[in-house]
Amino acid sequence: MADTMTEAPPGDTDPAAIAARYHNRPEALIEILLDLQEAAGAITDADLRAIADSLNLTRAEVHGVMSFYHDLRRTPAAPAVVKICRGEACQSLGAERLVVATCEHLGVELGATSDRATVEAVYCLGNCALSPAAMVNGRLMGRATVDEIVTSVDRVSGP
Amino acid sequence: MTTVWVPCDSAARSVGADEVAAALGQAMADTTIVRNSSRGLFWLEPLVEVEVGGERLGFGPVTADDIAGLVEARFWKGGDHPLALGPVAAIPYLARQDRRIFARAGLHDPLDLDAFVAGGGLAGLERALATDPAAIVEEVVTSGLRGRGGAGFPAGIKWKTVAEQDAPQKIIACNADEGDSGTFADRMVMEGDPFTLIAGMAIAGLAVGATTGYVYIRSEYPDAIATMRRAIAAMTGAGWLGDDIRGSGRAFDLIVRRGAGAYICGEETSMLESLEGKRGEVRAKPPIPAIAGLFGAPTVVNNVLTLAAVPDIMAGGGEAYAAAGSDTSRGTQPFQLAGNVKRGGLVEAPFGITLRELIEEFGGGTASGRPFRAAQIGGPLGGYADASLLDLPMTYEGLAAHDLMLGHGGIVVFDDTVDMAAMARFAFEFCAIESCGKCTPCRVGAVRGVEAMDKLIAGDQTQRAIIDDLCELMVDGSLCAMGGLTPNPVRSALRLFPDDFEKSRKVA
Repeated sequence: MADTMTEAPPGDTDPAAIAARYHNRPEALIEILLDLQEAAGAITDADLRAIADSLNLTRAEVHGVMSFYHDLRRTPAAPAVVKICRGEACQSLGAERLVVATCEHLGVELGATSDRATVEAVYCLGNCALSPAAMVNGRLMGRATVDEIVTSVDRVSGP
Repeated sequence: MTTVWVPCDSAARSVGADEVAAALGQAMADTTIVRNSSRGLFWLEPLVEVEVGGERLGFGPVTADDIAGLVEARFWKGGDHPLALGPVAAIPYLARQDRRIFARAGLHDPLDLDAFVAGGGLAGLERALATDPAAIVEEVVTSGLRGRGGAGFPAGIKWKTVAEQDAPQKIIACNADEGDSGTFADRMVMEGDPFTLIAGMAIAGLAVGATTGYVYIRSEYPDAIATMRRAIAAMTGAGWLGDDIRGSGRAFDLIVRRGAGAYICGEETSMLESLEGKRGEVRAKPPIPAIAGLFGAPTVVNNVLTLAAVPDIMAGGGEAYAAAGSDTSRGTQPFQLAGNVKRGGLVEAPFGITLRELIEEFGGGTASGRPFRAAQIGGPLGGYADASLLDLPMTYEGLAAHDLMLGHGGIVVFDDTVDMAAMARFAFEFCAIESCGKCTPCRVGAVRGVEAMDKLIAGDQTQRAIIDDLCELMVDGSLCAMGGLTPNPVRSALRLFPDDFEKSRKVA
């Protein structure tokens, strides 16, 4: 009844082609948006229109989904995306201080993007026995420190 | 040829398991490095294992810098080294557990289907294939298995409801949106023992007559997503999934769907909306998903741990499973020790174990070495316990008697530096950030809660009555557990730690 796409998608940035991979099924909208964002960095107005057309949805419906989910972006993130967990477990070992110190070091406010880094709060990375947890470009860190986060950002965006 | 095991679990990798594996590969020729799943003893990660005399010996926590010394000590022969832990199975933290869902944790490469089958991993599915669907449901009813996602609803009753529906299509939807802080057991199953979850879903499908299953995995778990996809492909390739499972004439297919960063999608109806490609706004119930769920079809919505418990129940029988536990809390629960705790990790034990046993005996007290002050049980919507509640038995009913809940089994430990007013404020803040917005008590109540809490923390004690009122309203008026349970941490913090809310008044 549903599509059987289980393989990781290729790096296609054409929204219509991505939608076609999911047989233009509206229930795959979030997967389509995630695939596109992984390949292109963000979902533009033109993408939004193209996806709405492909899935036979209104632009409002696609926009509604875009605005609901924290992961989906209308503007591209920096080369380094830093996610710091603010869940209770990480707070018990200083996550709030880690957030403040990281933002200070990188010169970015929480939730904002600079040339080098986007810093975001997340609520649980599932690494709660090794708190505080952080993630830089998908790489999970346990017992995360400012130094380790900044080093990872430097590796991606240059010092 | 020597074999060395280095976990591939993302938590182990988060503290250097990949670097350890790379260093071992360079330092040791003629050695096979197997990336196994994690035992769940996270303070020992990366936990490197070797086999000597038929016994697995552990070394940990190992860093890449330790490799030269380990090689010099001929650790693969069981040589003495400061990081040597002896036989892994004899480590008290592990030996004292009753591992069923996690029976295979750490043993082999999570995607090694041959090893899984050789270890009896598919015995439950094999038995289900030879069993009448109604008898499978009956076995799960007998086991007393209750939903491990948080609500604790009897799984067998849910399955029976779906099985009784007359519908052309039924669906199994696995909730893998493990968003509660302090929990990681679902992640460990998906990264470490994906075939067990798949087998559990297939058994559920056989029991209720569903031929399609969805696994809804949160985007914060990229390794779990990748492993589940590969495991489904492997099971399909070997004929354990597909149109004709091992020649039985029965069909079951599985599809992985990713979340996109929304805590609320762990609420079952919100997850169903998200699986349909929509905003994750919760649905009003009735109808319950068992009658009209995903795409309107009768749907079994179960958490990862619930479905992963099923193969063991089918293999060993429902009665054997029900023998463990107490009262209406049957079987084992994977507890997750997290936060400021010395030995954080996974503890699967029969219901009835006390909070003190978990935090002090397994956990070894706080990581900071400072006195214990509070534990939050059951995620961000669970209440806080103080030291007076440490002897509480961890059962559904035992916790409920103290306005606490088991939730997904997470226990987050705090030392005496915690500011409980800040934690109570955070409970409202989290609700405001993650509310789906559908109902007013949650959407607006959470924002008002933050405001009132800020005023209270600033010294305005009249806000206490307002917060009490607000909590009552959120409990009574919210559409789902998000708004309805957010008062749990708030009220328990106010009740158990009143001084924390009066600091500023004293200062003033």
